[in-house]
Order: sequence, then C-alpha cells, then structure tokens
Amino acid sequence: MTTVTEESTTLKRGFVGQSIPRKEDKRLVQGQGTFFDDVRRHGMGYVHFVRSPYAHAKIISIDVSEALELEGVYGTITGDEVAIHTDPFFEMSVEPGGLIKDYALAVGRVRHMGEPVAAVCAATRELARDAAELIEVEYDPLPVLTDAEEALKDEVVLHEEAGSNVVWSGVFEWGAVDQALAEADHVVRIERLHFHRFSSTPLECAGALVEYDKGTGEWTLTCNHQMPGVGAIWMAPALRVGIDKLRFVTHDIGGGFGNKICLHPQYVVLCLLARKLGRPVQWTEWRTDQHTANAHGNERTFLDVEVGVMADGTMTGFKVRALDDCGAFPRYEPLGCIIWAQVTPGLYGWRNIKVDFTQVCTNKSPVSPNRGYSRMQHLWLTERIVDIVAAELGFDPVEIRKRNYVKAEQMPYETPNGCVYDSGDYAAALDIALELIDSGSIEERRQEAAARGKLLGFGIGSTLDSGTNNFGQSTLLNPDLQFSGNNEAASVKLDIFGEVVVTLGTVPQGQGHETTAAQVVADILGCSPDMVNVRRGHDTWFNSHAGFSGTYASQFAFTGLGAVKGAAELVREEMIQLAAAVLQAPPEAIELADGFARVKDGPEEAALPFMALGAIINANNAFLPPDFNPTLNHRYVCRPYFGMVDKERKTGQLTLTYATQIHAAVVEIDPETGEVDIVDYAAVDDCGVRINPQIVEGQVHGATAHAIGAALHEEFVYDEEGTLLTANFYDYHVPHAMDMPPLKTGAMESPSPVAPLGAKGMGEGGGGGIHCICSAIQDALRAAGGAIVSTSCNPPHRVWSMLQDPAATRANVSVTPK
Amino acid sequence: MGAPERSRVVALEVNGEQVELEVPARRLLVHFIRDDLGLTGTHVGCDTGNCGACTIQLDGRPVKSCMVLAVQVDGAKVTTVEGLASNGELTPLQQSFNAHHALQCGYCTPGMLMSASALLARNPHPTEDEVRYALQGNICRCTGYVNIVEAVVAAGGSA
Repeated sequence: MTTVTEESTTLKRGFVGQSIPRKEDKRLVQGQGTFFDDVRRHGMGYVHFVRSPYAHAKIISIDVSEALELEGVYGTITGDEVAIHTDPFFEMSVEPGGLIKDYALAVGRVRHMGEPVAAVCAATRELARDAAELIEVEYDPLPVLTDAEEALKDEVVLHEEAGSNVVWSGVFEWGAVDQALAEADHVVRIERLHFHRFSSTPLECAGALVEYDKGTGEWTLTCNHQMPGVGAIWMAPALRVGIDKLRFVTHDIGGGFGNKICLHPQYVVLCLLARKLGRPVQWTEWRTDQHTANAHGNERTFLDVEVGVMADGTMTGFKVRALDDCGAFPRYEPLGCIIWAQVTPGLYGWRNIKVDFTQVCTNKSPVSPNRGYSRMQHLWLTERIVDIVAAELGFDPVEIRKRNYVKAEQMPYETPNGCVYDSGDYAAALDIALELIDSGSIEERRQEAAARGKLLGFGIGSTLDSGTNNFGQSTLLNPDLQFSGNNEAASVKLDIFGEVVVTLGTVPQGQGHETTAAQVVADILGCSPDMVNVRRGHDTWFNSHAGFSGTYASQFAFTGLGAVKGAAELVREEMIQLAAAVLQAPPEAIELADGFARVKDGPEEAALPFMALGAIINANNAFLPPDFNPTLNHRYVCRPYFGMVDKERKTGQLTLTYATQIHAAVVEIDPETGEVDIVDYAAVDDCGVRINPQIVEGQVHGATAHAIGAALHEEFVYDEEGTLLTANFYDYHVPHAMDMPPLKTGAMESPSPVAPLGAKGMGEGGGGGIHCICSAIQDALRAAGGAIVSTSCNPPHRVWSMLQDPAATRANVSVTPK
Repeated sequence: MGAPERSRVVALEVNGEQVELEVPARRLLVHFIRDDLGLTGTHVGCDTGNCGACTIQLDGRPVKSCMVLAVQVDGAKVTTVEGLASNGELTPLQQSFNAHHALQCGYCTPGMLMSASALLARNPHPTEDEVRYALQGNICRCTGYVNIVEAVVAAGGSA
C-alpha cells in the first residue's frame, strides 16, 4: 500500500491511527455473534408474508379462512385490517408524490411483484409457509409500467390519489448554463445515459422479533434496522402512538449498505400482529423476497446532456434532464432527488450546471438508499461526461481530468450550489493510482494483448464520498418539511470497578465501530482499547440515541466518533477533577495514562487506578463536598453545524466532509464473447485522518467489490410483465472469490478541517469501480470501432453488442462544431 | 402402503457430542442445527444454495447445510463453526481472520471458516488460487474477499 501521510493538526495520535485488530472479531469467528434471527422467545410465532405474483393488479378478495383452520396457525392480517388500524406512512414529497398513500400491506391494489398483501403467523417457519399457501387472493391484473419514460406519459397511473406517476420534479440551475454553452468552443451532446438498477444485497436478509407489552403499550423490536431514529419517525405516527412506544434493539447485523433503512412497512405489520395475537412474532425475510420487494438502488436515466468545452479542454458547464425511477413507492424518496446535489460538479471546476430532475413511480420494487446513494448515479454521469468529451474531442483522459479537477490550493472549495469540499488533492490521488497500475506501460500492454487477440483498455473513476448529511436539504424538495441538521449521540461512563463503558447511538453492520470508538476513548482517557467496553448495537432504552441515530450516509467518523469524543472528554475532565481532589494536587498537574490518574512526575503512590475513581463516585462518595458532584457518566450529542439552506437558490451546505476515491482499472475484452477481464486494479482513498487504516482499507475493498459486481453483472432485470428475472443469488450474480481481481490500494490523508477528529466518513465509496470500468471498456473498444459506453452495467452480451454495432452507440453522441 | 413418515429420529455426532432427536422429515439440516440444536453460528443467507453462509463439515467435507435434510445425516459426524475453537482458544485460521481483517459484518464468516478449514485439512499450504477456488461457493458482501484469501493463505503458512 502506498501511503502519503500528512500529520493531523487536530489530534494527538496514540491508538487512533493504528490498525489494531477488531474487538468484534473474537465472537464473530466463533459463531458467537448474535444476529436478530438467533434470538428466541417463549411462544413466539413465525411470520410469513403472502406476496403478489403480479406487478400491477386490483385485489378483488382475500380469503384467510383455510389458513386459520390449519393447526398451529396463530393468526393472519390483511391490508383491510392495516387500513383500519394504521395511517398511511408520511410522505416527504410535495404533490403529486405527497398524495400517495403507502400502507404497511397492499390495500386494494398491488403495485409491484412481491408486494405483501397479507401475513400469517404460525408455530414454525414451515407451518407459516404452508398456511400462506392456503390464503386465497383473487387479483384482476392491470397494465404494467416498467419504464420510467413510459411512466412519464401517465397513460397508466399507479397511484390514483396522486393522479400522476411523477413523485417530484424540479429544476436546479446554478451559474449561467446557456451562456456557458453559447460561449464554449465545443458543445458535446449525449442523448441518453442509463444508470441501472442493482443493490448491495447484504448477506443477512431483513427481519425482526417484535414483542408487545400490553401493560405499557410498548413494542420492542429486536431487529436489524440500520436507521432506527428515522424508522421510528415513520412508524410511530402510522401506528398512532408516540415515538416512546417503540424500542429498537440491534445486536450484530449482517451487512446493511442502506438496504435496511426502509423496513418500516414490514415492521408495522409485525407490531400489529404482536398486539393482535398477544405473543412475540418473528419474521426473517427470504432471499428471494429481499431481491423482489425490499430495497433496490435508484435507477436513473440521463437525457439530453450538453457539455460546454473550451479548446484547451476546460469544461465550463453542463445541463441534463435526469429521470429517476423509484419503483412502486417513494419510501425514502424523494430524497434521492436532492442528495446527488452534495456532489453537483463531481470533482470538477464546472461553475454552470443545470439539472432538470424528475422522479417517477413504476411497477418495480421500491428503492431505498444503497451504498453511494444518489451521489453515485450523478458521479457516474460526471465521469461518463469526462470520458465521452475526451474521446470525442481527442483529449487524454488523465490530462482532461487534471485540467478540470478542483485544485488542492482551492480547498476548502465552494461548489456552485454552496457545498464546501473540505479538503483533498485529487490530482495527487490520481497520480498514486496511475503509479499503482503502472500507467506508463499501458500502450505496451495494449499491443501485447492485441497480439493475443484481446482488446486492452485503461480507465479512471474519480469519485467523492460525501458524508454527514444535512437533513435540511429535504426542504429544497418540500419547503414545509421540518427537518434540518443532523445529530448522533454516545455515552461514556467509568463504572464501579473501573470499567470504561461506551454506548453508541449508531447501528454498526460490520464497520468496526466497537474497535474505532474504543481507540478514540482510549486515547482520551489514557488507557488501552482493551479496557474499553463498547456496547454492541443500539438500544433505544439506553437514551444514548438522537433523532437521526443510525449508521448511514458515511458519517460515523464525524458524528458517531464526534459524540464518543465529546462524551469521553466530559468524563476525562471529571476524572481529572476527582483525582485532583483526592490527591490534593492542582488539576493541571493530573495526567491520565495507563489506566491511572496520577500526578505528573509525582511519587509513585500519587496515582489512582480507574477502579478507585469509579468506586469513589459510585459507591464511596460521602467525603466529597456537596458542591462537587461528578458523575463519570456522560451523554454527548454531536450536532454538526451546517447553517440554513437557501430554498430559493437551492444552495447550502448539504453535507460536511468529502472523502476522495480515485480508482483505475486495466481490462481486457475478448472480442469473440464480449467478456471483460479486469487485469489490473487500483483504488486510492483519501478520507482524512484514518482512525484505523486496516478498517478503512477493508471498506475500500468492499465498496470496490460492490462496484465491480454492478459494473459487470449485477442487475435487477424485469420482463415486460414486471416479473423480476434476477430474484435471488442464483440469477443475480454477485462477485465470488474467483471473480475478484487482485486489488491494489493506496491512501492519502488530507484531514478534514471541520470534523472533530479530522476523519471523514468513507464507507460508501462513491461507486468508483463502476465509473472506472465503464471508462476502461470504452477505452478498450476504441480499437474496435470506438463504441460509446452509455450504460453502467456491461455484462458480456452488452459488450458484444457494442462490438457488433459501434455506430449505433456513437449515434448517441454529437459534437458542435465538429 | 402406509402413510408417509412425517418425522424420524436421527442420531449423529455434532462437534464431538452425540445427539439423538426426532425431527420432521422435511426439516433442513441448517434449521435443525440452528433451531433444534441452538447452534446459531451457522447462518442462512439465501434460499437457493448459492451463498454458503450455512456451510458446515459433514464427515470432514464442506457441505451447504441448507441443501441437506436433517434426516439425511443420521449416523454422520457434523462439525459447525462452534466446533473449531477449543476451550476458547482460537484456531490459527480464526486468529488469522482477526489479524488480517478478513471479516466485517461476520455473517459469512462461519461458512468461510468451515470451507477454509476443510481446505487446510486436505491441503495445508494452499496457494492464493487454490484458496479462491475453494471459497467460490461462499459469498461475502463486505470484504471483496481480499483479506479473506490473505488470511487463509497466511494460516496455511505459505504467505
């Protein structure tokens, strides 16, 4: 690994910055992790959902009587009951999307294959499945929409109450795009680019064990929701209860990647069943159901792209119509209609940008945030623009990037829409990537490959991972929404025998929060990370959560660790005060180190072990004066400062940190088959201070694997009837060990001047692999007719088609003047 | 002909201990292991036999326990992830997974360990290619396999 390190000015490094092995691993390698499906309760029932086989149909009738007669069946629930006992989930969009009624089960009509129409609860998993087969549902099929451009015509309307398939639409314009295009030496026009539908498909499916306490009216959800704060905001009003009635408990979670954010419909059904049946109920989603009806990534079509380019390769602006397909319901949407704007110009100096954005519903699975959410789609657009401009006008893809990248000396850099890129050196990161793949030898390797009958190509993907979301950006979509800012909580205490206990509001799913939080606390309190017990998972009852608690949007390094740092510093201050009082020394003479509070350079006995401090406060405190009341137990909320967004100009600080990823790939294409083989690959990450470099590198590997899978084979394909053809791992091919090329990684550290630890969130990765593989395929095809890559997923049949008819792909692009 | 048998008693050895239990004829081995024996380290990640999270060792061979019925293992010897470490002492492979950051969420890890330990038993010093080949039936969505492969190669000592 190539490492270029700048020393952080914000932090004394001790355990922070070291690749200490993870604390979580000991239980996980022994099969002693606790995932929600491992938890049992006496008398619990297993839930199975009855799902629609149709993409679009009226529900004529549902008959549960035969199922109820089966021995061991505890009960059922249908959409009619849901409509009586709950309210529709609140919609974030203005009209028409805001008029959509989304219930926990289908009410009267199904709008995508796999949509739950009823649920049954029984004594065993097998029995619940048998009973579901006995539930008779009569449907009347309706015409199906699987194409966003068709949906725009409103000839078939999914949600009659909304009157249109459009969820949200709006125009964003910053600078003067038409003028920039008029003044440009060249205008490159791209008719259509398509970012396809896939998702990160965490290995553990969704689910929960839900218990209802009749006496208090409270539900406990032992679950794998990755954003309980917001989950509760959806669920409580729908269930007509206060948010205090919902307790979310998570333990270990088998991956999330955003796909465990929109679980509120299923969870509401479980809450209703637990209350109705008076017993704990458990639901574990089947893989095929996860693929069919839970969480796809946003599919986006970019139309009528126009880019202004000067003779020297400087790009001055672009405009585009973006058409986003959110599937049957806008659950987390329309937030994707604004989240992309965190990275409006990508890594480039474009000052004039116009995006005419529309989101529509279709008869496909609802979407949810998916690693790189909404920014990845837009960043792919910017990278496609750069490579297509380079190809059309004859610029070198490296040089045109370097010419147009925001420069290190411009940092912090304000984008045309008021976001601030906090730090980074894109050109330097690109140089590391080029060195790792030995870009100087590309032409030689190209010839060598050609001699073997292969087409070799080299590509770059420059991308940003924007982290720490400002929820105020939602008001750019709907000015009436009452969301802004962000927050996360943590608590730290010193317990009676000197135990350091940390509780997080975050909901880790493999990101190693127990380890990195322990590293931060250990440095602040002066002990080893082994002494720090970071509680696993999230529990609403710990009061250590905040309104936006969760693990999402690349923000743990900022808000999660910021909260940990804040709480640890409060405890540290009290430990020093207490030690000063006991040891009769001034506070400034006290140091915390090696698990002791001691007088600096004092005699050996002038030292108190943590156990003494914890014992005094918790159990032996009578001698302390009445006006001195340390608790050694503190909760801290990290509330990043964003300022307000400008709803008129649609500007503001939409997010706070920007990690950089530059990926470079060398591919070889077999012209006979269209098969793409990645022969060299490098990923360079700059996320500021790396709390634990090994964990950072692990995230880079994982994000790269997701991107490679998406770029080459992962795609949710629907037929014209709206049937999903890639509904499980049998048909939806995710990378296996044999598919993954060797990965080279490099790192830089440009500390964030705004983050509490100088560390930026980086787990999402921005889809760099998709961008660079598209780039490399297009480069490889130059020698075979010069096809233009216009879609983000390029399995062999698509590459083969491009090889057969490159002219057809080239018709998608034109340049004026020629 | 009588009515089809709906359940049967199976007797087998699980992690070195004898087990005898009546199980429904249609119960999958993975559900028998998880629900009846309470050994929840073995996971379920798919419903088509593709992901390998449920991999166990059946008479020493790695097997996806979702593709076997519990009644089929009568008389067999089953090892699950809980059977790897003894008295809390991690095996060199488990230690290597920790040292090389070969796991993130940990959901695929038990299956990976069972496939990898079976590989190491028959080929103590595998090459990277051999490791990748042996693990191709186990899906990991977090790590991109880089560190898993590294950890197994290192545990085999040929790194």
